[in-house]
Amino acid sequence: MTPRMTKLSLGIGAPVLALVSAFVITSLVLLVAGDPVGEVWSTILSVPETRNVANIINSATVLYLSGLAVAVGFKMNLFNIGVDGQYRIAAFAAAAVAGEAWLPGYLNTLLALLAAILVGAAWAGIAGLLRATRGVSEVISTIMLNFISTSLVAYMLRRVAVREEGSNIIATKQVPERSRIPGLSLSGEAGTEIYGFVFIAILCGVGYWLVLNRTRFGFDLRATGQSETAAVASGINVKRMVLASMLVSGGLAGLVGMPILFGGAYSYGSTFQSGLGFAGIAIALLGRNHPIGIALGALLFAFLDEQSNPLQILVDVSPDIVKITQGIIVLTVVISYEVVRRYGLRLEQRHVAQALERPESKSPEVPA
Amino acid sequence: MSRTASVRDRLASVRPRGRISPWWILIGLAGVLLLLSLLQLVTGANDLASSGTLRATLIATVPIALAGLGGLWAERAGVVNIGLEGMMILGTYGAGFFGYHYGPWVGVLGAAALGAVGGLIHALATVVFGVDHIISGVAINIIAIGATQYLAVQTFTGLPGGGQTQSPKLGDVGSISIGPLSEALGQVEGRNIFFVSEVAAFLRALVTDLSLMVVLAAVLFVLTYFLLWRTAFGLRLRSCGESPVAAETLGVNVYRYKFIAVLTSGALAGLAGGFLTLVASSNYRDGQTGGRGYIGLAAMIFGNWRPTGLLMGSGLFGYTETLGLRQGGDSVHALLLGIAVLLAAVAVWQWRSRQRLSAGVSTFLAIGIAIVYFSIDVVPGDFTRMTPYVTTLLVLAMASQRLRMPAADGMRYRRGTAG
Repeated sequence: MTPRMTKLSLGIGAPVLALVSAFVITSLVLLVAGDPVGEVWSTILSVPETRNVANIINSATVLYLSGLAVAVGFKMNLFNIGVDGQYRIAAFAAAAVAGEAWLPGYLNTLLALLAAILVGAAWAGIAGLLRATRGVSEVISTIMLNFISTSLVAYMLRRVAVREEGSNIIATKQVPERSRIPGLSLSGEAGTEIYGFVFIAILCGVGYWLVLNRTRFGFDLRATGQSETAAVASGINVKRMVLASMLVSGGLAGLVGMPILFGGAYSYGSTFQSGLGFAGIAIALLGRNHPIGIALGALLFAFLDEQSNPLQILVDVSPDIVKITQGIIVLTVVISYEVVRRYGLRLEQRHVAQALERPESKSPEVPA
Repeated sequence: MSRTASVRDRLASVRPRGRISPWWILIGLAGVLLLLSLLQLVTGANDLASSGTLRATLIATVPIALAGLGGLWAERAGVVNIGLEGMMILGTYGAGFFGYHYGPWVGVLGAAALGAVGGLIHALATVVFGVDHIISGVAINIIAIGATQYLAVQTFTGLPGGGQTQSPKLGDVGSISIGPLSEALGQVEGRNIFFVSEVAAFLRALVTDLSLMVVLAAVLFVLTYFLLWRTAFGLRLRSCGESPVAAETLGVNVYRYKFIAVLTSGALAGLAGGFLTLVASSNYRDGQTGGRGYIGLAAMIFGNWRPTGLLMGSGLFGYTETLGLRQGGDSVHALLLGIAVLLAAVAVWQWRSRQRLSAGVSTFLAIGIAIVYFSIDVVPGDFTRMTPYVTTLLVLAMASQRLRMPAADGMRYRRGTAG
């Protein structure tokens, strides 16, 4: 095999190894717990119907934005656990703004999106500021800010909310119909619409790639993440980069709730989907902070979530089993990359050793 | 010869930074009680230092302190453990399952054992496979939530009082009460004598219905301090966190020490979860930990990676959490005044040590909080629940620059890299 082929097969080998071992470990858990292994997998791995495909794409859109937000921080070696709090407080702010309908039609939508980005960025900015000026670990401060945002949103929601008739659920005013982002039906039937926001999410992914790889800011960010001393030596203001990347991360986090707000829920209430930020961490890790990798990770997680829903009804197994699978995938992905890397290294060393043993033959396989 | 002597002298004169002797804890405790008595006197709030509040504080403090102690073991050996939360969650389930089937003390063991399983995964991933510590921790948190919810449905459904998300009621681990002393102290507390009553309330909280698991936690603290700072074993373990390469050249088996540390860390976090299940409430419930593993980690950082500091951090958190839950509106309102005055004092101190900008920020905060204090009578419930988190942020913002973590904490280490 040529070195290039070897590299390619090793690159594909790692994720495959990860998925296979996650599959095996989950099966073992099911086996030990006495659940029907075969039926669980045939349910999860069955071909999804159009309605399910729409659901998978929709939740993948949301997870993708969350993954991107976390990945911006990761590129800088910053760990933004606070995406969860950031997207919730931003979604609340956007819903409150959109519900008031100060501007007509899509101008209102734009204003609300802007509010979401700003609020998300500001909330993450607190952690960025504390890190840059006082050296507070962003891991701890963002966790604290998550808790604080929960209480703050609950308080403000009670201030501005309208109670729905005959129900205990309180929520912000509905987004006016002309400000909603229309969905795209996959098959023409009801229930198969995907969020129009999918395209905005894809744009975010493209923008993420362009900014990181084609701008000075992106270069500074990656440089700081890879070696802070080198960054300082080349004249990068690290403190300013910390703050800037937290702001960008928070701004992206602000968008996480938007597909749901403008494409399905139309208001922010006590039942608004939560926990998306934590899933984003796993997905960013899975996608190795690459925009396409994150997309694949988001689709995989959304697929597992959606396909596990009928488990309880069909085979009487708790759908929580896929959470175990998801956690194991995160772990096995990193481990198998490491195992494959070590294996590749050993392979290379053996090549070199072989080439050195027979100096007369000019082996083209010696890696440079 | 004179040279060695002078080096020794110099070493002796260097006092380790951030080190607090046990006596200072007592003095600090008395100071805090005095402050609280003053605050009660000035503001008229009456639940700031009652024995009820202090007892609840103890119950709220122990799980955080135990989780933090777990974090201390791991990080002292150089492994960042953000998976504490997950290990705690495993502990709650372990206590629920084993506690129901085999009695509460087996439940305590089960909690530690399941926590240690989480620690084993973390150790395998970080030490053997060199996985980034935070990635491994996050994965463990996800796995733990999934695993416990899945297992809870499997094992608790259909049991009397149990269900898909909770275990049946569990037995009690037992408690110590010194009846006559408790009553006498109760009378002193009831007299409302300035400061004396508060001290009585504090002692009363310690001698009334003191759970044996609290005693166990105290023993574990002393044991940890002794093991890590007074034995050769501890020195070697800590050397793995400061400079694993140097430790290796001296013949320390770094992998083994890291494994021991992370396993212990998991077991302690599991115990913290078990405490929530067995003592703080009386059964296992989904989501029982409520992020306390993370808070334990924060308490450990606040405590400068030392047991005494960690204890103070957990106490601060436990106290503010308790205040938020009991007559929160009045108590937290009174606390605002205390915080404003403390911030003002900090501002003066910062000004004198020429940190003009920080002093300005502190003054600004102090004035802001004072304005809030005088403009409202009761703090709304949503805000009292925020108190512990806001306090943690404030305290870290004040203190974090004086902290020093183990030098090789969170770094990847491969055997045989010491030249």
